[in-house]
Amino acid sequence: MLEALSERLGAIFDRLANRGRLSESDVAEVLREVRIALLEADVALPVAKEFVAAIKEKAVGSDVLTSLSPAQSVIKLVYDELVELMGGAAARLTYSDTPPTVYVLVGLQGSGKTTHAGKLALRLKEQGRRTLLVAADVYRPAAIDQLKTLGKQIDLPVFDEGQGDPVKIARDGVAEARRLGIPTVIVDTAGRLQIDERLMAELEAIKAAVKPTEILFVADAMTGQEAVNVAKTFNDRLGITGVILTKMDGDARGGAALSIHRMTGAPIKFVGVGEKVTALEQFYPDRLASRILGMGDVLTLIEKTQSVYSEQQAEDLAQKLRKSQFTLDDFLAQLRQVRKMGSMTEIMKMIPGLSKALPKDINIDEKDVSKVEAIICSMTRRERDRPEILNGSRRKRIAVGSGTQVSDVNRLVKQFESSRQMMKQFGGMKKGRFPKLPLGIGR
Amino acid sequence: MSWFGKIKTALARTREAFGGELETMALARRPVDDELWDDLDEILLKADFGVPTTAKIVDALKAVAKQDRYETSDQVVARFRRDVQNFLTLPAMGLDLERKPAVVLVVGVNGSGKTTTIGKLAALLRTQRKRVMVVAADTFRAAAAEQLEIWAKRAGAEFIRGAEGSDPSSVVFDGITAAKARGVDVVLVDTAGRLQTKTNLMEELKKMRRIIERETGAPPSETLLVVDGTTGQNALSQAKLFNEATQLTGVVVTKLDSSSKGGVLVGIVDQLVVPVKYIGIGESQDALAPFDPADFTKALFETAAA
Repeated sequence: MLEALSERLGAIFDRLANRGRLSESDVAEVLREVRIALLEADVALPVAKEFVAAIKEKAVGSDVLTSLSPAQSVIKLVYDELVELMGGAAARLTYSDTPPTVYVLVGLQGSGKTTHAGKLALRLKEQGRRTLLVAADVYRPAAIDQLKTLGKQIDLPVFDEGQGDPVKIARDGVAEARRLGIPTVIVDTAGRLQIDERLMAELEAIKAAVKPTEILFVADAMTGQEAVNVAKTFNDRLGITGVILTKMDGDARGGAALSIHRMTGAPIKFVGVGEKVTALEQFYPDRLASRILGMGDVLTLIEKTQSVYSEQQAEDLAQKLRKSQFTLDDFLAQLRQVRKMGSMTEIMKMIPGLSKALPKDINIDEKDVSKVEAIICSMTRRERDRPEILNGSRRKRIAVGSGTQVSDVNRLVKQFESSRQMMKQFGGMKKGRFPKLPLGIGR
Repeated sequence: MSWFGKIKTALARTREAFGGELETMALARRPVDDELWDDLDEILLKADFGVPTTAKIVDALKAVAKQDRYETSDQVVARFRRDVQNFLTLPAMGLDLERKPAVVLVVGVNGSGKTTTIGKLAALLRTQRKRVMVVAADTFRAAAAEQLEIWAKRAGAEFIRGAEGSDPSSVVFDGITAAKARGVDVVLVDTAGRLQTKTNLMEELKKMRRIIERETGAPPSETLLVVDGTTGQNALSQAKLFNEATQLTGVVVTKLDSSSKGGVLVGIVDQLVVPVKYIGIGESQDALAPFDPADFTKALFETAAA
């Protein structure tokens, strides 16, 4: 997420780190570089200029020039300004007092509206709210089929009237939800250019017809300087209440994340971080700011961990570790839990300090993780409990059974042994402490 | 309407914003000073030329201006227009479809417009009386094959698909086998959208390439990267990483009609030396134009007054 920007800023601040006092011209030079870094990350030009001006102004009044560790002071200023720029506090979805709550998703073609209608619906479902998905994209070939397929995947109803009138479909969809007593409606509209007069008028008609609780603008994080115009026009015509920023995984420069709030006043509510239906995260300006500045994101990591580990599981595991009864079976269970939290690469980047220490192109192939899973699953119960009995012929059998090489099996066993060794040393540590994650896997 | 007319209409917004500012700068006949260079810098950055390409252009212009003793802004702007056209001109801009069957592999990130581009390309090739087959190797996204099938039917092209979730390479294999049996001229392969940083998905593309090479005795005739015209500097990273995985032969820039920029196109050509072959300029089936640098720069700069 925003690696390019993160790296650039990191390089700039690293150079400051071992400097004593900063002169005024030093600060100006740093800010010039920050401006370029922002522009390279596709931050809108007016926003980048404003950002740098604001920091300059604050630097004058603060201790940047007198401080003995000026780098820290500058980073603090940049951090605060980044948080401010992205909207300050996290913004939640609003619900209507008189159900159904209606969300209308709008945006350009290919920004990810249909996919994110599904993701959002699944998220609400996990919180115990049922959603009716309404297929109002009657223009793109097979868009309705796509939404229906998604609906089937997440087991939620989809309302459609074929290639009918989108305004009528939206209105009928809401009526249907009311009749069925479904508390939430998500209307998936067709992608459109902000300059397409007819289609923009259609959205206004949909808005008038269903009086949505929220109009969510779905924006591609990779958008360049154009992001500003697009978001502004959608906002002027429709009054958007929130933004879903998609495709934030990958190396999106993500300038849109930094510009869109400033340009529209609407908060970013969610970010899409992958292809799976579960890959949707609440947006936290402060957490993203600390990730951009390479400070990790422990809060998200903890939340993700809590969502897959129960207190009891953690306690059981800690017990086993203390008594060094940690077996390959436990290893496998732990691996599966960690996988539920999302991609390994993303998780590792949330750990403070690690994001900088990792090689730039680190990319743990999820297939390697599957390989480990296959190897352990090809072992007998006894082998999993006591890996020391694994002799040559057993290893050969396991390799054949899991479709891997003997060398893969050897490596796994070795890694497991060394991590068990390490855990033994931790064994005496305080009670209830969270066990180390098996990060050594997947080489 | 002629191609040129269409491109001109599509680029109307870029011309108004970007061309308009340059025009104003030229007409003002300002002295050539630091302020002028800063303003030019800003105009280019706003148009998504990107920092490296902007720096390259402006530095070169500065050198020329000094050498040729430019005195006013109109000289600078005139020279800039010529430079942009030179920038964009690379050899071999057309599609190479000599082999039979010629296989065209179409790749890109999610939502860049691959499927739509293939639909348009199929229609274009059909008007050239070629037998076209469209292969739906996007087995991941829900209903992707259905979307492509509708486009294929509209264009009058043959259509091959696999089951959702099946190995895309097996679909490619089926497609090429069928194409050979039916005497098809051009096989257009639609792949699933993928972010360029997902190594495993890039491996999948390499595998498709290997299958094509094994079955036809040569690498794909064309490997086209489809880039969304509203994408910013990420387009460069896309082009770079896709090029590493699949050796691109060309780029198709879509949604140019929506964008008031289009500068990213210059950035891509400059940084990658991969030619832009087509541009998408509208939603209808025939809204795909072969890319001509001369027409493009003319459409970009020619204001209503000129």
